[in-house]
Amino acid sequence: MSSLSRRSVLKTAALGSAAAIASPYVRGAYAAGSLTLGCWDHWVPGANAALDKLAKEWGDKNKVEVKIDYITSQGEKDKLTAAAEAQAGTGHDIMSHRDWNIRIHQDKLEPLDDLVNGLIGKYGPISPVAEYLAKIKGSWRGVPTTVGSQVKPCCSRIDLYKEHAGIDIPALFPADESKWDKAKVDGWNWDTYVTAAQKLFKAGFPVGLPMGQTSDAVDWVGGLFNSYGVVMVDAKDNIKINSDETRVAMEIARKIMEVSPPDVYAWDDAGNNRWLISGKGSNIMNPPSAWAVAKRDNPKVSEQCWTHPVPRGPKGRFVGQLPQFYGVWSFSKNKQAAKDFLTFVSQKEAVASLVEASVGYDLPSFKSMYDLKTWNEVGPPAGTVYGYPPRGDEQTSITGAPARSEVGAQIYNQAINTVMISKFTQGKEKLDDVIKWAEKELEGTLRA
Amino acid sequence: MADTVQTWGATATDKAAAKPNTMQLLLRRRSTVAFLMCLPLIAIIVCLVIYPAFYSIYLSLLNKAQTRFIGLANFTYLMSRDTFWMVVYQSTIFALAAVFFKALIGLITAHLVNNLPAKGQRKWRGMLLVPWVIPLALSTLGWWWMFDPTNSAFNYTLRSLGFSGVPWLSDPYWARFSVILVNVWYGAPFFLIMYLAALKSVPEQLYEAAAIDGANAWQKFIHITLPMMRNIIAITVLFSLIVTFANFDIVQIMTAGGPRNMTHMFATYSFLLGIRSGDLPLGAATSLFMFPILAIAAIFILRGVRKRGREIG
Repeated sequence: MSSLSRRSVLKTAALGSAAAIASPYVRGAYAAGSLTLGCWDHWVPGANAALDKLAKEWGDKNKVEVKIDYITSQGEKDKLTAAAEAQAGTGHDIMSHRDWNIRIHQDKLEPLDDLVNGLIGKYGPISPVAEYLAKIKGSWRGVPTTVGSQVKPCCSRIDLYKEHAGIDIPALFPADESKWDKAKVDGWNWDTYVTAAQKLFKAGFPVGLPMGQTSDAVDWVGGLFNSYGVVMVDAKDNIKINSDETRVAMEIARKIMEVSPPDVYAWDDAGNNRWLISGKGSNIMNPPSAWAVAKRDNPKVSEQCWTHPVPRGPKGRFVGQLPQFYGVWSFSKNKQAAKDFLTFVSQKEAVASLVEASVGYDLPSFKSMYDLKTWNEVGPPAGTVYGYPPRGDEQTSITGAPARSEVGAQIYNQAINTVMISKFTQGKEKLDDVIKWAEKELEGTLRA
Repeated sequence: MADTVQTWGATATDKAAAKPNTMQLLLRRRSTVAFLMCLPLIAIIVCLVIYPAFYSIYLSLLNKAQTRFIGLANFTYLMSRDTFWMVVYQSTIFALAAVFFKALIGLITAHLVNNLPAKGQRKWRGMLLVPWVIPLALSTLGWWWMFDPTNSAFNYTLRSLGFSGVPWLSDPYWARFSVILVNVWYGAPFFLIMYLAALKSVPEQLYEAAAIDGANAWQKFIHITLPMMRNIIAITVLFSLIVTFANFDIVQIMTAGGPRNMTHMFATYSFLLGIRSGDLPLGAATSLFMFPILAIAAIFILRGVRKRGREIG
């Protein structure tokens, strides 16, 4: 029997305290407790399993029990859960936040500057859209995820464009950026897009760009507006929608709507996917989900799909981007473990496994990661989603920027840009009246 | 005899036991027992209705960041917005049209079912209640598929018959019609069952007397059935008006407020502002706008019910 002196007890206690202070969480046999995550429920079968695998790998190594709850974004259930947890001050340690949710919960989220700046130091520049959405007052409140983050470039039917519009899409954007011909790529602009759309409409295969009030519609219109230099509200709260740029962009939108199916005003985010998969549509602007579903449901269509950059405008080529983020709640009970786990899943090796599991749908926010093999390999046709990550002169954008993110969130979620176009095209309202309406709506978004 | 023995043999403790204490007396009162039995329900109502109601009033008085009390500024802001007034107009049109048609269809079907032979009546009653018992979100999804903008089953049928398709959800006015139609389909069985119960409580002798006086079916309906049903009609309309004004599922699933915000209701607009745009106080203020409208309707309807009750009494 060993004797327990007062001195040895004190010594042990002192060592224990020192260890507790020095190490963020104790690496004993599950002594570090548990880590809970509320994550976006991926629509790609098997994609959640890739995150589960990473969580298990990290949990086993660090003796932390990681539990992931997958929450669907159907009916905004994930946003409702986040809102409820923020109000209650209790819930998961880590929560995934779509689009503007980091800004909405900024006061209840832990700063993640060390983590994100470390990643930037290692992987280079981060997406400006991610920075706009998650870096608030100079502090990162969320780390961009790979899971669920997306851009919405063109996905066109190779055969229909060639036959009816005389454009060879894979020749224009081959699956090797070094082979892109700058002059030809520059020629892929909104005027070319409209001309092709008119020809495809006449041939009975209209393009399918949604004009409802959901994100697919808001995102492509945001890209169009940015490429013509339209600013709704600037960073200093000035309303700038009444401009010549707006009038030109609205005219382009009108021309596109004239040759679009009349149903586009009621499409949700699945409407354009269904349009392409049905074989009736010639082009949509979407992540490669439509191609992936067509591969299962209508392989003849998927074999003719090619994802490539959006058209260019006078101010550049802008594709709508919708990143997701992980946020660590300020009321989390295991903050250091949460940050360590997020660092782990943000490494390129982990990102590669997530991109592969999502068949190329998930898009990291670092351009240096766009060389992952998945985008070169998946098919048929081979190279079909090579053009999914922004390449060449394509820049990412989000509707609402460059306004303060509090203002931008309202512009985006109230779909002011698509309602403008709907009023102008479907409602046949005068352009000046539509712009006046938009000015009044934008004035409302500036409310303190 | 037994009582006598007990009295003689009683100890001090037994006497104390025989005399009920305050708690026992309290428990013997019927009102106390009733209160205790209602307590779980009261607790649920306090937690899930009263607390959220007061919390939403509190929220509606805060600024967007929920850091400052701003009085009624959210309400005055809403009243200055054209889109908000459009929502008020749409909610009113939706609720009035849907309740009117639900009441009309409920009344007609209740009469039809009431006149069926007793043997087959239960089957019809069961079948007609089906829309009301299916979870609303599920049935609305079914309707959405039938109205689907591109692959509508209705349009497929219309086109097969040589007609052109109808823009059920892409044209704002057709979209309004569609959401009202689904609400009527879902809510009419509630009216049917209430009216059927009311019809069955009308004394048969009144109809017999009217028949002797030579009254036709219409006269019987106007002078006997309708007056006897007035209270139940009023209360059913009030209940339905409240539920229809607050409707969320149907509009959210079918149109999400579009096209051009022209099908938004109070609840969906409140969700858009509060949850999607992150302005909970403004969302709360929007949803609270329903309260005065419904309160006024409730006062008028219930006053009528009480008045008729006194007349009958």
